[in-house]
Amino acid sequence: MSPAWNTPVLPAAAAALALALAACAGGARLPPPPPQTFSAAEIEKGAELAKLADCQGCHTADGGQAFAGGRPLNSPFGTIYTRNITPDPRTGLGRYSREAFIRALRRGVRFDGAELYPAMPYDHFAYADDEDLGALYAYLMTRRPKDQPPTPNKLIPPANIRGAVAIWKALFFHPGRFQPTPGRSAAFNRGAYLVQSLGHCGACHTPHNFLDAEETSKPLQGGVQEGWYAPPLNALSPASVPWTPEHVYSFLRTGFDRDHSAAAGPMGSVVRELARAPEADVRALSVYLATLMQPSPAAKGAARPADHVAQAAAAQPAGARLYAGACAACHDAGAAMMREGRPPLQFATPPQEDRPTDVVQVILHGLQPATGPRGPYMPAFAGTLSDAQVADVAAYVRARYSDRPPWKDLASAVAKARRQGGEG
Amino acid sequence: MSLVLTVNGRQHTVDASPETPLLYVLRNDLQLNGAKFGCGLGQCGACTVQVDGKAAYSCLLPVAAAQGRAIRTVEGLGAPEAPSPLQKAFMDEQAAQCGYCIGGMIMRAQALLDANPRPSEAQIRAHMQPNLCRCGTHMRILRAIRRAAGLPVEAASA
Repeated sequence: MSPAWNTPVLPAAAAALALALAACAGGARLPPPPPQTFSAAEIEKGAELAKLADCQGCHTADGGQAFAGGRPLNSPFGTIYTRNITPDPRTGLGRYSREAFIRALRRGVRFDGAELYPAMPYDHFAYADDEDLGALYAYLMTRRPKDQPPTPNKLIPPANIRGAVAIWKALFFHPGRFQPTPGRSAAFNRGAYLVQSLGHCGACHTPHNFLDAEETSKPLQGGVQEGWYAPPLNALSPASVPWTPEHVYSFLRTGFDRDHSAAAGPMGSVVRELARAPEADVRALSVYLATLMQPSPAAKGAARPADHVAQAAAAQPAGARLYAGACAACHDAGAAMMREGRPPLQFATPPQEDRPTDVVQVILHGLQPATGPRGPYMPAFAGTLSDAQVADVAAYVRARYSDRPPWKDLASAVAKARRQGGEG
Repeated sequence: MSLVLTVNGRQHTVDASPETPLLYVLRNDLQLNGAKFGCGLGQCGACTVQVDGKAAYSCLLPVAAAQGRAIRTVEGLGAPEAPSPLQKAFMDEQAAQCGYCIGGMIMRAQALLDANPRPSEAQIRAHMQPNLCRCGTHMRILRAIRRAAGLPVEAASA
């Protein structure tokens, strides 16, 4: 070791350097404040925002403590396990100052300066107010801490190198600030803010490019996540009945709308949280999303519910027979489920979608009620119907309940959905 | 139309329209009455049988879709004079009250034990979740499954 290391100058230089680094990080390396310093009002506001952002949906493992992480998320590059965001000092947010937390959400940087994978939707959270992010911090830092170390990610090269995220960010991560639309109502602009920022609707409902970045030129035009297709929320909405603010509100609040369909897949967890979110905010989301969908074919009268019984039976005889035995007891006119107020299938969105993904997922894996035990339920048919039979039923449903052309890639869609399993 | 079904290892030729639920053919044509009609909607599990080793609602399986597949009903496990280990465990634990759900319960539980002879408590509960008992004998049913699996009959924590 060089004698120079023993001179007293160097510790002072090191301290100065450390201070400079701390300054660069904007206080990110400061210790977190004690829980009692957060006001009740701030914690309450954070609780509401956490529901609107559905933090729990990703940051809670099946059967695990809320916010303790460990839930696997699929990406084109492998599996990412979500992190513990309880205030645990060793494995959770306990290492984050308020500034470090806001930096993580806004810029995708960990407390120690490492890159965060964009599975964390910081491309949306960047649009949130500091005040809202601070409230979220207050809420999360006052949850029950859980010592739960992270599950190692299973990613393929080069995505397994965290530093590669810097390149991804240089290519795709250029957030601006939220801009309200002048002349629109306060509810519209509140909805726009929530959709764009904490609600991160685009994380599923916007198409992603080959490097899994949102195609920001196609906002909310429909995307694929976790094996489900999240349909377009704009002029491309394939719904056969127009989405009014009342319909959207019913769907977001209860996971079900009489003139549309039931929430399924990852949307189930979103609805579970929105069911308990502030009513005014869910109404604002509904106003904004219904406005986005106003130019859709259904809203312009160019699409309507279809039920082509005879043509579908002629075009898909095998599917028609399976449907009669497996589906009609609930889904045909006069069936018990119809008397429960369930929408006939021509009102449901999945048969209208450009791809068979959601119809196939629901047939294979069924539906569980999104909120509590009362709600739409469908048994899973993965154990009873073969891949070819599921494809036959899906082809029949498409032919009978939509005016659109047959799906082309049914066999591969069924095989893929069966491999992936399903949620909800 | 004439259909060939393989039930409990034996081939049967039945005359039925292809969309008829398998349950009706089992009960009305083959006199296998262990599977029961409960809701007809895939919500209660009283009609559960095994198809290719997996638990399936026979009320929602068109008979044409069951051709060429191995169908197993509760009668295929054992008879009153020679019950299977799982049936014996259900008897020992007095798991049946009215008994209407039990054929389905046994067939769903058997599908689990065939795939996983020593399931955890959480696995048992998750697997049995679709089947309902209106009498409320679920705790005795769980004990019977644990007994058949050679596990302590009283539950470990789930």
